[in-house]
Amino acid sequence: MNNVLTIAGRDLGAYFRTLSGYVIFALVLMIDGLLFNAFALGEPDRRSADVLTKFFYFSSGTTMVASVLISMRLLAEEKQTGTLVLLTSSPLRDRDIILGKYLSGVTFMSMMTLATVYMPLLILVHGKISWGHLFSGYLGLLLLGGATLAIGTLGSTLARTQVLAAIISGVMVVLLLTCWLLTRVTDYPINEVVLEMALYHRHFTSFTLGIVRIADVLYYGMVSYVALFLAIRSLEARRWR
Amino acid sequence: MIEVRGLTKYYGDHAAIRQLDFDIASGEVIGFLGLNGAGKTTTLKILSCILLPTAGTVVVDGVDALSNPHEIRKRIGFLPDTPPLYNEMTVGEYLTFAARVRGVARRGTASAVAAAEEKTGLVHKHKELVGRLSHGYRQRVGVAQALVHNPALLILDEPTSGLDPLQIVEMRNLIKGLRGQHTLLISSHILAEISQTCDRLLVIQAGEIVRQGTEEQLATSMGTRVDVEIDLEGDTAQVVEKLRALPLVLNVATGPQQDSLARLVVTTDGDHRPELVAAVVAAGGRVMRVERGRARLEKIFLELTKKKESAGTQEGMLS
Repeated sequence: MNNVLTIAGRDLGAYFRTLSGYVIFALVLMIDGLLFNAFALGEPDRRSADVLTKFFYFSSGTTMVASVLISMRLLAEEKQTGTLVLLTSSPLRDRDIILGKYLSGVTFMSMMTLATVYMPLLILVHGKISWGHLFSGYLGLLLLGGATLAIGTLGSTLARTQVLAAIISGVMVVLLLTCWLLTRVTDYPINEVVLEMALYHRHFTSFTLGIVRIADVLYYGMVSYVALFLAIRSLEARRWR
Repeated sequence: MIEVRGLTKYYGDHAAIRQLDFDIASGEVIGFLGLNGAGKTTTLKILSCILLPTAGTVVVDGVDALSNPHEIRKRIGFLPDTPPLYNEMTVGEYLTFAARVRGVARRGTASAVAAAEEKTGLVHKHKELVGRLSHGYRQRVGVAQALVHNPALLILDEPTSGLDPLQIVEMRNLIKGLRGQHTLLISSHILAEISQTCDRLLVIQAGEIVRQGTEEQLATSMGTRVDVEIDLEGDTAQVVEKLRALPLVLNVATGPQQDSLARLVVTTDGDHRPELVAAVVAAGGRVMRVERGRARLEKIFLELTKKKESAGTQEGMLS
């Protein structure tokens, strides 16, 4: 665990020592702010709960995009600059390297996501919000972001460059987002399986409505676990190449 | 300390190294010589447990690298040809991180970093950003990260690569300073570096160890000619005549005069400096300086690679 924390600490520091971390952070806050003003607050006579639901709806998009951008550098940058050798020649397990990097990304993504909390709190000026709804929405955003980051970590282990990592991760995320469309051309029970696999459609909507379902929490946990497991295997496979 | 047996690595159908066998004793400084693409880096990466071999075994201090790579990595410090540096960190932060991931306990980290900085002359750069260092200092930081956990074996891949002449001298002195504290395996294709810093040589060519031993042993075993420079006073013609009469002398040439001294370049079939000096003195010459030709290792290396290449060509022609 110490090794995981050491790697996570260095990587988290790297986000704040370089411009890219601040740029991603600022862009997410700016885009979330603009969308919040334009679509959530901009339309008149809307119930507070609807405004909050709308906020979580578009925040999920920015969280996913940001997670792909955050994760693209995790291993691909180390491969590009040749620093991965320091980690692979050290007495660390590949699991420690992947988990440390994932933890740094999740921490950064969580800080960024939680920094948007002032927006739903603005609803209190003219309306009321349910704290349970707020908690549920943010839990959903963190779970969705965590799963996307895990997919991005996998993409980062597969690619040699950061740009390629972002493309690979983006494709995987889009496939998981849109796979529910296959339900129109598949029969039972395959269509049910495909529907359950969808990253957003089946599992995120309930969080935006203030409902926490154990099945949804387990789904995002499972996606993260499988993606990280494959990332560890991908890193191990490098020792054969 | 290290036993390598039958080490082989294939990348697809291409054999990067084939059936390497060698031993390295504790405290030795070994030069790993080979042209670019000969298989040096692949071998070093396998020894550092970064790559897995296709076949063969590596045993370090009785521990098998394949079954227990984690344990081996604790005993090895590796500097790749491009130092693995995080430009946004200061030297102190970077070495602290390197010490932690290399297994130094939290309590001992500060002293390990201080010791590494002391050994590599980086104490005054402790708070400087790695990204702002000159190439020579970056290379030193690379060495420091490799030895921060005080490993028994240090593997340095092209440590003088890209350095200017002054930085090369500094790096050479740094490596000499590590002698006795670590077993060193240094890869290079800069022959002067190897000649001046290493006890023994491993010569690799096209993925195979073509010769190993001290520079002396390699020269003797290959019958490599040795040029000896002799600066002398006295009757040069008589000395030349006397030297040419010796059966071990293959050629005697007159070199440029040095401060009123005559210079002879004598080619022999081995290192026979005592016999040459005796002959010069017997002919009435006064020996002021005797030096073995500096390009000897270069000759050995070129002959080895030439032999290997011509063997390869012949094989190709036969098939």
